[in-house]
Amino acid sequence: MKMAIRLTAILFSVMIAATASAADKPHSIPLDIGKGGKCVEEPMEMRKIHMNLLKHQRDETMHKGIRGQKHSLADCVECHAGKETNNVLGSDKAFCQGCHTYAAVKLDCFECHTSKRKVPAEARK
Amino acid sequence: MNQANLDNKTNADPKTNLDRREFLTKSSIGLAGLAIAPGMITNKVRWGMLIDNNQCETGCNDCVTACNTENGLAPATKPTDAQWIRKVQLRDTLTDRVSSLPMMCQHCEHPPCVDVCPTQASFKRADGIVLVDKHICIGCRYCVMACPYQARSFVHEVLTDQKTEVPRGKGTVESCTLCVHRVDKGETTACAEACSKAGHNAILFGDLNDPESAIAKRIRSVASTQIRADLGLNTGVRYEGI
Repeated sequence: MKMAIRLTAILFSVMIAATASAADKPHSIPLDIGKGGKCVEEPMEMRKIHMNLLKHQRDETMHKGIRGQKHSLADCVECHAGKETNNVLGSDKAFCQGCHTYAAVKLDCFECHTSKRKVPAEARK
Repeated sequence: MNQANLDNKTNADPKTNLDRREFLTKSSIGLAGLAIAPGMITNKVRWGMLIDNNQCETGCNDCVTACNTENGLAPATKPTDAQWIRKVQLRDTLTDRVSSLPMMCQHCEHPPCVDVCPTQASFKRADGIVLVDKHICIGCRYCVMACPYQARSFVHEVLTDQKTEVPRGKGTVESCTLCVHRVDKGETTACAEACSKAGHNAILFGDLNDPESAIAKRIRSVASTQIRADLGLNTGVRYEGI
């Protein structure tokens, strides 16, 4: 009986580890993502709904003056601009452009917003 | 058994036995509390500026330069270049007195640009700042035509190197934002700051609704006027000495 419980526990832990490794598995496109891992939400969630979070935040900021919240575009750029380029655009390895090119989705944000990190990574250290 | 226990419990404690009406009332009170989140603007405040024409020096362009630097605008060289603030020179033909004043979006209480906007991109924030939501601006330029102060500009060409806090782009209309990104942080406008730095102190920024603010005290004690007051727009920017 004890053996059976132990085996079940091992089986469960293996299963959890397998799911975790699937979620943590690097994206198939080689991206220079600046700061990696979980930032404001889980990466899988962010891949699906980042546009909704951004749109919500944009209206809050524009009309209600709520600034500095965690879903702001400025913060996306701040963390995820390329380590060397300090930019989320500019190459197919850049955080935003890389994925949008891969998915063939037009990216409008940076017609107006800056795609560059405010403070270069070197200067912050 | 569990169900019976639950029923007994709810009957014993009437506070937890909310009917629908009560539930809605209570939850709406809760929501009202949430609505006043930190950082949110209210209509208790009305931001405005008082410009003292006597202090404003002819030939000084510091407010315009500061505005350009703060908002990432290139100095206007062509008639089609964006311009958020400009110096206007006045000459009284009878006395030959020459003076100058800065002219920008007057942040009207009843803004004509908001009235005419077909997409509601041009809007007035609760605290009186008139802005363009460039996400929904279609670049029709009705507001440019409607503004009596010629305060609005259209961006004709692709821009690069915008400031993080001041997104600007081709195909949209823009104007003075009363340095909204600074005001939200509790700071003053770039033009007012530059004017004080130059030692003129001609621009006073503050809350017109707060009776204790420097600007409210000043408009109570000295004569100030609105430009084109006849239009009844109740501008947030007022002038004295003109």
